[in-house]
Amino acid sequence: MENGFSSPRNDTFNPAGLRVLVVDDDLAWLKILEKMLKKCSYEVIVMIIGKQFSHGSMFASSCSYTKGLLETSKWMHFIACASVFLLYDVVLFLKLKHFALARHVRHLIIFRAWLGLRTRKILNGGLELLNFSKHFASSLTAFVSVNPCNPIKQNQVASEIFELDIMLMNGPLMWYSTILISPRISLVLGGSDIEVTTCGLARDALSLLRERKDGYDIVISDVNMPDMDGFKLLEHVGLEMDLPVIMMSVDGETSRVMKGVQHGACDYLLKPIRMKELRNIWQHVFRKKIHEVRDIENIEGFESIHMTRSGSDQSVDGPLLTGEDLTSVRKRKDAENRHDDRDCGDASSTKKARVVWSIDLHQKFVKAVNQIGFDKVGPKKILDLMNVPWLTRENVASHLQKYRLYLTRLQKDELKTSVGGIKQKDSPSKDSAASFGIQNSITVHHHNDVSNGGYRFSRSNSVVQNVDAKSLEGDVKGIDTIPVTGHKRVLTVDIPNSHKARCSQIGFNGSFVPGHSDVNFTSFDSAIPTQPWSEVSETQFQHEHKPLRLENDFTQLPLPGPRHHIQVDCIQSGPSASSKPSVVDKDNLKPFDCTYKSNYPNAIPIGSAVDTFPVQTTSPIVNHQPFEPIARTTSSMKSQGLNLSCIPDLEAAQRNINWGVGSSLTSLDEDLQLCWLQGDCFAMNLGLQDINFSEYNDPALNSEVPFHLYDTMRFDYEHYYDPTECPIIDQGLFIA
Amino acid sequence: MERNQQLRRQLASMRQSLFDQGHLDEQFILLEELQDDANPNFVEEVVTLHYRDSARLITTIERALEKSPLDFNKLDGYMHQFKGSSTSIGAKKVKAESTQFREYCEAGNGEGCLKTFQLLKRDYATLRRKLEAYFQLARQAGPNEIACRPK
Repeated sequence: MENGFSSPRNDTFNPAGLRVLVVDDDLAWLKILEKMLKKCSYEVIVMIIGKQFSHGSMFASSCSYTKGLLETSKWMHFIACASVFLLYDVVLFLKLKHFALARHVRHLIIFRAWLGLRTRKILNGGLELLNFSKHFASSLTAFVSVNPCNPIKQNQVASEIFELDIMLMNGPLMWYSTILISPRISLVLGGSDIEVTTCGLARDALSLLRERKDGYDIVISDVNMPDMDGFKLLEHVGLEMDLPVIMMSVDGETSRVMKGVQHGACDYLLKPIRMKELRNIWQHVFRKKIHEVRDIENIEGFESIHMTRSGSDQSVDGPLLTGEDLTSVRKRKDAENRHDDRDCGDASSTKKARVVWSIDLHQKFVKAVNQIGFDKVGPKKILDLMNVPWLTRENVASHLQKYRLYLTRLQKDELKTSVGGIKQKDSPSKDSAASFGIQNSITVHHHNDVSNGGYRFSRSNSVVQNVDAKSLEGDVKGIDTIPVTGHKRVLTVDIPNSHKARCSQIGFNGSFVPGHSDVNFTSFDSAIPTQPWSEVSETQFQHEHKPLRLENDFTQLPLPGPRHHIQVDCIQSGPSASSKPSVVDKDNLKPFDCTYKSNYPNAIPIGSAVDTFPVQTTSPIVNHQPFEPIARTTSSMKSQGLNLSCIPDLEAAQRNINWGVGSSLTSLDEDLQLCWLQGDCFAMNLGLQDINFSEYNDPALNSEVPFHLYDTMRFDYEHYYDPTECPIIDQGLFIA
Repeated sequence: MERNQQLRRQLASMRQSLFDQGHLDEQFILLEELQDDANPNFVEEVVTLHYRDSARLITTIERALEKSPLDFNKLDGYMHQFKGSSTSIGAKKVKAESTQFREYCEAGNGEGCLKTFQLLKRDYATLRRKLEAYFQLARQAGPNEIACRPK
């Protein structure tokens, strides 16, 4: 990944011995994957689904180099698309809310390569699909051009997506995670061979997995399997074993990818699968582990990581791995090591029944946190306030951790986005968040080229919410929580309440005038209180966001200047954060006005919407449920983008936000700087960002969007609308 | 060596023609890259596996096409599988046709499906034949790296 990513990953960083389970019913593919994974020095366990036993043995015998070739019941590796990450943030939206919520810990949902999708199809799809695809798939589709069966092209797109994913994933947390992990991994793992186990049936695979809970690190499965739906298997694996699962298929239909994401896939790979993709699957595992660890870690620890990170730089070599992280990443090889103190808690907790942080629960949580005040918050207090009998202090503590991280990330992203100064200002509603952000942002700066780009989106999350304060009717309950408190960054869209109504949510409603790069997405730099975002999302954007907030923010936050033209491209993804419900409307893409507006009003209902936006909160770290609200899939992308929130610099900027949206927005425009900083996680948003909203207006643009996303992400949001330009991200490695 | 070199040249041109004619794409190259000393016949093995699978599918699809009315969903499902399979070896034309077939399925165009399927079968058979000849020749020529060194 050229852009922003550290040097493309190459084999050197593959943690040897990563145990991969591959599931498919296509023997040829099984064989290919097996070989490829072996080349990566992974332990491959292949599971053939639905083949006759004889088939399996035939296969087995033909794989002489395979160790431990099981019967047909072995598993295959799921090779998920790296883009899941992108999707992850974005995808978590569509109906993913449950999964996103439930899996926020796992949240390594990578989706990628919607190759072959047609924009039209996408548009015709369900609302969620539309949203999803619009933001994500559409662009990809377009990118892939009309020749979906061109594997090379597909691969290109896949690569790009992959790269994009990586970029997105290169959020503060992710970035560190991966970097940190890799060096360590190789140390830890040693150079064992890849064990390839093939399974013929999904149920066999499941039983295999169940037998050895710790026996596998990652599962790769085909989507189409005779005896069981790939998605079901995915679910089972995710729920029971909590392993990262990668889906693979020859079909990159948006709906499928989305489905995969919804079911918790870490990635979704398109066949033909490239070696690079296989090599990087370990990242999923690590990411997951890192997240788990992080939940437990203190912020300080995290920050230190950041510090180290900056040092390490691209070359993943930076063995910055701090002790904590390292331990967490240990692969199963070192059982003891793996779960070091840090991990231990996590590991053990994973064994226990996981608490599924539903949107409601999360909202309660956020509410409690806001009530207490972010800085003084403590698990016990939250627990008391939440008044949920079955919730334990540990659950809350870990969730709080994630939440903090999430906010931190958002902040960081904001910082990255160019507005260095502003960020600091943002006092995300969560004060604590702010602190993180600042700290993080500092460290973060180093990294990211990519992240900056990509993450622009993430930041906005919080911001966005504010915008709609008005529209948020009620929904915004969270809005208070929304950082608006701090930074009003919230999308400046605040525009006087009058507008608000229209602008549902980010003022941008639709008006994002496409192409108005003016929207200072970048402005998120200001520390758009990422928190608000999370809050927002949590509250489902109910933000009602008080327009005032935005205004306040604006004043505070010097708009970073139009740098980011992130233009609202944030695709309607709408105020991702909150309630995107409005976004959900497929049409959102179309004139932003509509969408946004709708988004917001809808968005607020976050409940449903939540799904759509993959919660950008899902940001790897914390799968904050908050994003769920975004859901409405529609704007998931947007939501992220909507992070625009806060383009506090009214003056600066970007006022231009041409949103065109209309009068109401006009005021917003200024405010809206649209700091699209959509939450970092929202990588997806990134894409969206690029996509000038102008594009969105046209559904067809959706397809564009993805590109932009990528492009922007990579290139710092230059709108490359030209899909063909999208560089192939082959490497896609997250860590790049 | 002479003979061997000749064989190799023949092999190379055969291989090149497969690409030029659009039968294969870069996935095949990827397979070739995966081939190594540990698996000297990797590509052939994969292709064999593929043909085993796909032959079955072709028969199934054919049977399904004989029914009437056509069950497009099922057809689409089969073709999806088939497409995935052909992607594994990089069968470009076949893959394109299977995509086309699926589009027709989506549109509910039975005629189109039938026509496309005929084309697909033809290309599939052609590729299979050519690959078989290619591998046979390759076996004769022996391991590449070693033999081909011009003296």
